[in-house]
Amino acid sequence: MIRFDNVSKRYPSGFEALSRISFHLPRGQLCYLTGHSGAGKSTLLKLVALIERPSRGQIILDGVNLSHMRNRRVPSIRRHIGIIFQNHHLLHDRTVFDNVALPLVIQGYRHREISKRVRAALAQVGLLAKEKAQPITLSGGEQQRVGIARAIVHKPALLLADEPTGNLDPELSREVMTLFARFNQVGTTVLIASHDLDLIRETGYPVICLSQGEIVHNDLAAVDDFAASA
Amino acid sequence: MSKRKGPGKNALLVAYLIHHLRVFLASLGYLVRQPLATLMTSAVIAIALALPTGLYVTLQNAGTLSAGWDGSTQISLFLKPDVDEEQAGQLADRLRQHAQIEHVDIISKQQGLEQFQQLSGFGDALRFLDDNPLPVVLVIQPRVDPERPDRVSQLLKELQAEDKVELAQLDMLWVKRLYTLIEVAERGVWIIGSLLGLAVLLVIGNTIRLDIQNRREEIEVSKLIGASNAFIRRPFLYTGLWYGLGGGLLAWLLTAVSLALLDTPLHRLTSLYHSSFRLAGLNEQNILFLIGISCLLGLAGSWLAVGRHLSDIEPS
Repeated sequence: MIRFDNVSKRYPSGFEALSRISFHLPRGQLCYLTGHSGAGKSTLLKLVALIERPSRGQIILDGVNLSHMRNRRVPSIRRHIGIIFQNHHLLHDRTVFDNVALPLVIQGYRHREISKRVRAALAQVGLLAKEKAQPITLSGGEQQRVGIARAIVHKPALLLADEPTGNLDPELSREVMTLFARFNQVGTTVLIASHDLDLIRETGYPVICLSQGEIVHNDLAAVDDFAASA
Repeated sequence: MSKRKGPGKNALLVAYLIHHLRVFLASLGYLVRQPLATLMTSAVIAIALALPTGLYVTLQNAGTLSAGWDGSTQISLFLKPDVDEEQAGQLADRLRQHAQIEHVDIISKQQGLEQFQQLSGFGDALRFLDDNPLPVVLVIQPRVDPERPDRVSQLLKELQAEDKVELAQLDMLWVKRLYTLIEVAERGVWIIGSLLGLAVLLVIGNTIRLDIQNRREEIEVSKLIGASNAFIRRPFLYTGLWYGLGGGLLAWLLTAVSLALLDTPLHRLTSLYHSSFRLAGLNEQNILFLIGISCLLGLAGSWLAVGRHLSDIEPS
């Protein structure tokens, strides 16, 4: 699903956020991306979502090379990705329903279809009762779940999450991680950046660990080898 | 990912049109929710457009007013003093047959004297004269062909050549001057109109620019979840269109009210000149033009702002 091939990212300031990163995340796999803050987790996710472009190397997303992607093709790529942010990025001038509906509106779904899918997504995160609420009236955990509903409402093939549990207490964090596991079980490829090591270890999913822009540990390499030898 | 099933093609088209309609109405709703700001922007646009519109209407009226005088372009034939009324009558009859003459009036010596007494204020002085020194005058109304104004001067030459005619005089020079003046003023209105149109463009552009800044977060999020530039541009373009439409309608209202306020005193003024002139307002064509231009300026202004500022906003 995602293949990084010797990817480096150097910001205009000269700071090299990622250097020579190579890994392969197979379709339908859930994987954690860990490391201290500043290790390059967010940069890696931004490269996948085409928010940033690599300085060197190639990124292949579902068979499409992102390195030379034209700007006008970026939206169509992003429509197949669900992105979850640490700070939710909800729009506060509209209801929960309208926030979650945004990806479907952008993709031109009919009104009836939108209602159906939004309610389904809200039900999955347990917020169906709050569809008419304003995001500002929700708790942090609820807001994060609205963000997750928005990321999955258009059934993306790939889900990216940047510190989705950053502002949540352990109980809520576990709930959110369970949600991700559930999406993964129905075939969604999931890549979660998180530094919540205890929680990650508990779940038992493979981990890629970054430090100062380099991969220092990659469980997927073993998975890959296993797949290759099988 | 191409294998993933999206909505069908027909459904997409319908959804696209519905989406346009919804954005069209949503952008109106957005404006209505902040009525004061919307009203102020529209008012600025309206005033900028009402000014040249008002001037244009004034000129149109000046044009019709003088067109009425144009028809009354007259040639006065002062006959030789020894020509009596009978001979004058024969000449008049002959001239009435002329293809380029609409109408001939005879002012006899006696009538001429009476008119002169009435109008000149020298009435008393004339009483001391033994006999009437005024000649018979034929007042000739030429057929005016607006496309061939030179024919009138040709006719004038012809009449001057008549042997009973002392002097043929055409009262048209001042009409020409008035026309030239109106032409100059018309050019002026176009210049002022263009400048104010540019001002409208900039006002709308600036308003949309602020709008874009206010909705920065929405734009960022939309881009992140796959909104195309066209999708993001759309509500702003429609907002510009609404500003243009609102400004245009308001400009129409302002012009109409101003004209209505001017009409009564102007009518009083013209009635002093024995004219039944009434101020003509904007006709349907003018109104459509005004509102059309206004909408176009709104759209163009927002297009400029959107093209300039939307690409600056990228999620990070």
